[in-house]
Amino acid sequence: MKKRISEMAITFGLLGLFWILLSGYFDGFHLVAGGICSLIVTAMSYRLLFSERRSQFFRTSWRLICYVPWELWQIVLANIDVIRRVLHPRMPIAPCLIEIETPLRSEFALVTLGNSITLTPGTITVSVDPEKGKFLVHALAKEPADALLVDQTMQRKVAGVFQEGRTEG
Amino acid sequence: MLSFFWFTGLLISLAILCCLYRAIVGPGIFNRVAALNVIGTKTIILLVVMGYFFERPEFFDIALLYAMLNFIGTLVASKYLEKGQLWS
Amino acid sequence: MVIVDRIVILIVLAGTFVTLAGAIGLLRFPDFYTRLHATGKCDTLGTGLILTGFMVFHFVHYSSTPLVPIKVLILIIFVFIANPTATHAIVKAAYRTGVRPWHLGEKRR
Repeated sequence: MKKRISEMAITFGLLGLFWILLSGYFDGFHLVAGGICSLIVTAMSYRLLFSERRSQFFRTSWRLICYVPWELWQIVLANIDVIRRVLHPRMPIAPCLIEIETPLRSEFALVTLGNSITLTPGTITVSVDPEKGKFLVHALAKEPADALLVDQTMQRKVAGVFQEGRTEG
Repeated sequence: MLSFFWFTGLLISLAILCCLYRAIVGPGIFNRVAALNVIGTKTIILLVVMGYFFERPEFFDIALLYAMLNFIGTLVASKYLEKGQLWS
Repeated sequence: MVIVDRIVILIVLAGTFVTLAGAIGLLRFPDFYTRLHATGKCDTLGTGLILTGFMVFHFVHYSSTPLVPIKVLILIIFVFIANPTATHAIVKAAYRTGVRPWHLGEKRR
């Protein structure tokens, strides 16, 4: 019961903050209208925001925020690579399908890794198997596929963010 | 500066025309759904550019709403094409 | 003022170039999966760059309404999360329905 009330309170607070940010009015009518709308939406959907894993929430969020700049740099590199292949007169691509395995099992970690694979040089996530942690990946050429299969830089970074698949926390 | 925004809007419209070719010709339905998703994303950029060009801040709300609609539309279309029905 | 204007023009031109390259990739690549490579990556970064340029422009020229660029920032974050997810959804649907990937040396599809 206490967990439900704290979930509802946090959802209500976040939605109210979002309302104020988007509308920009701080007078009485708009605040009351925002409060009523946030209350209705919270009553319908407070269970959607939080999942079961609450133990390491803040540390994981902090590590996720530290992971974002590296990810943005990889996005820039990926786009330079793709634009080079698009505008090159000979169009050097050699697509192939690869399968990789990860020790991550929770939904949020799999979604983050899937999005990162789609946004980084030369690979898109085709299919995810959440029970065994297998990703089917379509690679555009041989070098990005090798970077994902052999180096495993991205898998190590995302596993470092979520700290799953290790024996000690 | 305003003429630069107009020029940017023109270039984005040119990109939308390129994607329209793929939406009409693309062999099969998946090419067309992908092209429509891309047209939706470029429309968001166009809305923000026009919001700054005409100096009306209402366009940003419309852009946010259209981003969500485009995302949900692509997800629903791909789910229907994969499973043959919308409920599993 | 003038130097910020030039930085904004540079960022927005870079974003427009990336977006146009994504559209050209949609026309030029020989297969469905490779076309989605081009659009999924180039579209996302192009949107991010152009909207970032506009945010900087707004902070400098219209600093009386500081809440409006936060809407644009929310739009950028949403596009960075939603665009790869939509790309993955449609690629998964195509793979499960049986669209085969293209290999080097085949005909264009």
